[in-house]
Amino acid sequence: MLQQAEILESVLERYPSKPEYLIFMLQDIQADCGYIAPESMEIICEHANVPITQGYSVATFYQSFRLEPQGEHEIKVCLGTACHLKGGERLVENLERKLDIHRGETTEDMMFTLNTVNCLGACAMAPVAVVDDEYISSTTPAKLDKSLKAAQQQ
Amino acid sequence: MMTGNTALQSETHRLTSWEDLHALQQQIIEAHDPNQSRIVVCHGTGCMANGSAKITRAFQEALEASNIEAKVMPGIKTTGCQGLCAHGPLVQINPQGLFYSRVKPSDVEEIIQKTIVEKKPIERLLYKDPDTGEAHHTEADIPFYKLQHRLILKNIGKIDPTDIHDKITAGGYQALAKALFTMTPEEVVAEIEKSGLRGRGGAGFPAGRKWRGALAAVKKKGGPVYVVVNGDEGDPGAFMDGSIMDGDPHAVLEGLIIGAYALGAEKGYLYVRAEYPLAIKHLDLAMQQAREYGLLGENILNTGFSFDAQINRGAGAFVCGESTALFTSIEGKPGNPRPKYVRSVEEGLWGKPTVLNNVETWANVPLIIEKGADWYSSIGVPHSTGTKVFCLVGKVKNVGLVEVPMGTSLSTIVEKIGGGVPSGKPFKAVQTGGPSGGCLPYESRDLPVDFDSLTKAGSMMGSGAMIVMDEHDCVVDVARYFLRFLEEESCGKCLPCRLGLTRMREILDNFSHGIGSEKDIEDLQSLSKAVQDGALCALGTSAPNPCLTTLKFFKDEYVAHVRDQKCPAGVCKDLITYYIDPDACTGCRTCAKQCPQECITGEKKKPHVIDADNCIRCGICMETCKFGAVLVQ
Repeated sequence: MLQQAEILESVLERYPSKPEYLIFMLQDIQADCGYIAPESMEIICEHANVPITQGYSVATFYQSFRLEPQGEHEIKVCLGTACHLKGGERLVENLERKLDIHRGETTEDMMFTLNTVNCLGACAMAPVAVVDDEYISSTTPAKLDKSLKAAQQQ
Repeated sequence: MMTGNTALQSETHRLTSWEDLHALQQQIIEAHDPNQSRIVVCHGTGCMANGSAKITRAFQEALEASNIEAKVMPGIKTTGCQGLCAHGPLVQINPQGLFYSRVKPSDVEEIIQKTIVEKKPIERLLYKDPDTGEAHHTEADIPFYKLQHRLILKNIGKIDPTDIHDKITAGGYQALAKALFTMTPEEVVAEIEKSGLRGRGGAGFPAGRKWRGALAAVKKKGGPVYVVVNGDEGDPGAFMDGSIMDGDPHAVLEGLIIGAYALGAEKGYLYVRAEYPLAIKHLDLAMQQAREYGLLGENILNTGFSFDAQINRGAGAFVCGESTALFTSIEGKPGNPRPKYVRSVEEGLWGKPTVLNNVETWANVPLIIEKGADWYSSIGVPHSTGTKVFCLVGKVKNVGLVEVPMGTSLSTIVEKIGGGVPSGKPFKAVQTGGPSGGCLPYESRDLPVDFDSLTKAGSMMGSGAMIVMDEHDCVVDVARYFLRFLEEESCGKCLPCRLGLTRMREILDNFSHGIGSEKDIEDLQSLSKAVQDGALCALGTSAPNPCLTTLKFFKDEYVAHVRDQKCPAGVCKDLITYYIDPDACTGCRTCAKQCPQECITGEKKKPHVIDADNCIRCGICMETCKFGAVLVQ
């Protein structure tokens, strides 16, 4: 993985120094680093020509931004309507119990982050969960267990 | 991804006339041998989630390793959503059009040997009617497709969305050329007005009137004018816009360019939800390819008309589907909506006249220009013309993407096309329009599904999600689910939405615990009205819809929760008890091993019991039991 500074530099190079590119830059830095570190935020806001308060205002308004480092593996459980009707909530509760964290949190060993999403558009496979980039269809707690173990062994 | 005819790929040149476009189309068609076999694999979100990429890879590897003669070597094509997601991964074999469902990588060898080489169908993989068991060979034979009227979805699942040649073969950009070479901008606007096209994003505002309004604003205050695609499809349970963008990105782009020509716009934006990475990728590729052919950018088709567009990725905020919030988001700020005393056609993006239409609306534009407003308005019903794409999800057999003429009855969509509820019982309710829509009971099954009929019934078209519920779904739970969703997504700017929704959700939380009285039901109703009247934007004003419609059609169920402390559907945790049917239990201990509370006990091979006091009602036992022995009361 590239160093934060190098990543930051390449992100800044891609965008003109205008406020309208703030969200683009935050998205890119997060895609490469997994989260937005305070130092990155400061430099990006400077480049976008906006006060740092606007940077945080944007980063906390939109759900996809993370200000804390994320676990090595991300578990996303879909809570779209179809998944809700087919037991998505039960899956999340089960994971919360098992990993001993709440949704949106990361395990202490930095192994797993548990997130929920509002709809992945794969309603035919409900309930759906995604571990890293691997979709699990008609998810059951047992299937989730298996993929968490597989992810951990990678 | 095309492994078929790649000879043309390197000959990209700018098209400078309509004849040029025709010539290119002819050239591509002629270069393709119509008898060559084509393996068409669905790469829509649903099939991808079911592993269709593995199947494509298996085909590629198997073909490479095979000793099939070059002459009969099939091409492989990957497409957007073919529609029948419930039976995915889907693979079609052309030119026969054989329709294979639930294909596994292990079937690949057999498909190549039997279907490609020996030209025989494989019975086992053909789609079978769930009711009659009858096997159907091609898409056209399957009732799910036969009963639809696919205009917007016509190319999706047929063309490779990453290859502009496929789109051009299918007639892509002909409408743009027709508009540029034979129509004035004014004539384009008039055609859209005459077609009766209404915005597919929710409220159903006439698109032509919106365009006309923007033109008037430019005249009054000056330009520039912007055209924007709203691809922030946030309704949970809705994926039609995502499917259109990733399955036929050029359709959206062509519509946008025609709109830009009609309105005199030089710059456009496509605001796409970040949860749709495939749509973003395909749109981006489509734009690059269109630019290379001179269909986008400077001096389009040598007509002197220039227009370009950029993609803005959403960052996860439902409210950004609202027009003014979407504009502030493009401007790089938190997506807070503003009061609409001034309409966005007058002061939209950057304070300039802006036409914002939803993905499906833009995709309708080329159809109208190509075939004419009269043809278009002959489809559907008088005040809702054309077709509408729906996502049929939930407790329905044929979960998938469905397109029907406006005014088609609810029962045709859910029962005939969708195949009804898997258990064979009548459906309990259908939620249309997502969190802003309403819940329609079985008694409304003859309701024609169009903008005005749905609004009259207390629901709304929304973007077109249709969630089917059966007797195991609790309406209090569903209303609570949508409210919780909107409460979280409320931007917090206005009080009725910020506090009103929270209070409504609290009341419903109580109901789900069996706490409350019939007076609370009345309070919920009056609070709903207050939020409807007082909220700033459509997120708030429409938020009470699920609550109000469920109260209207299923009041008994609310009363059962508060008066009898019972959840008739067996969903609300605090009001249910799990128990094991001793006659059905085989004592296999699967549930006991999975129970996080270890509260299921009994001797091996003998009926077990659940200790209700220790049970946390997680439902895992019911889910894991293969014998249906775990029941709920």
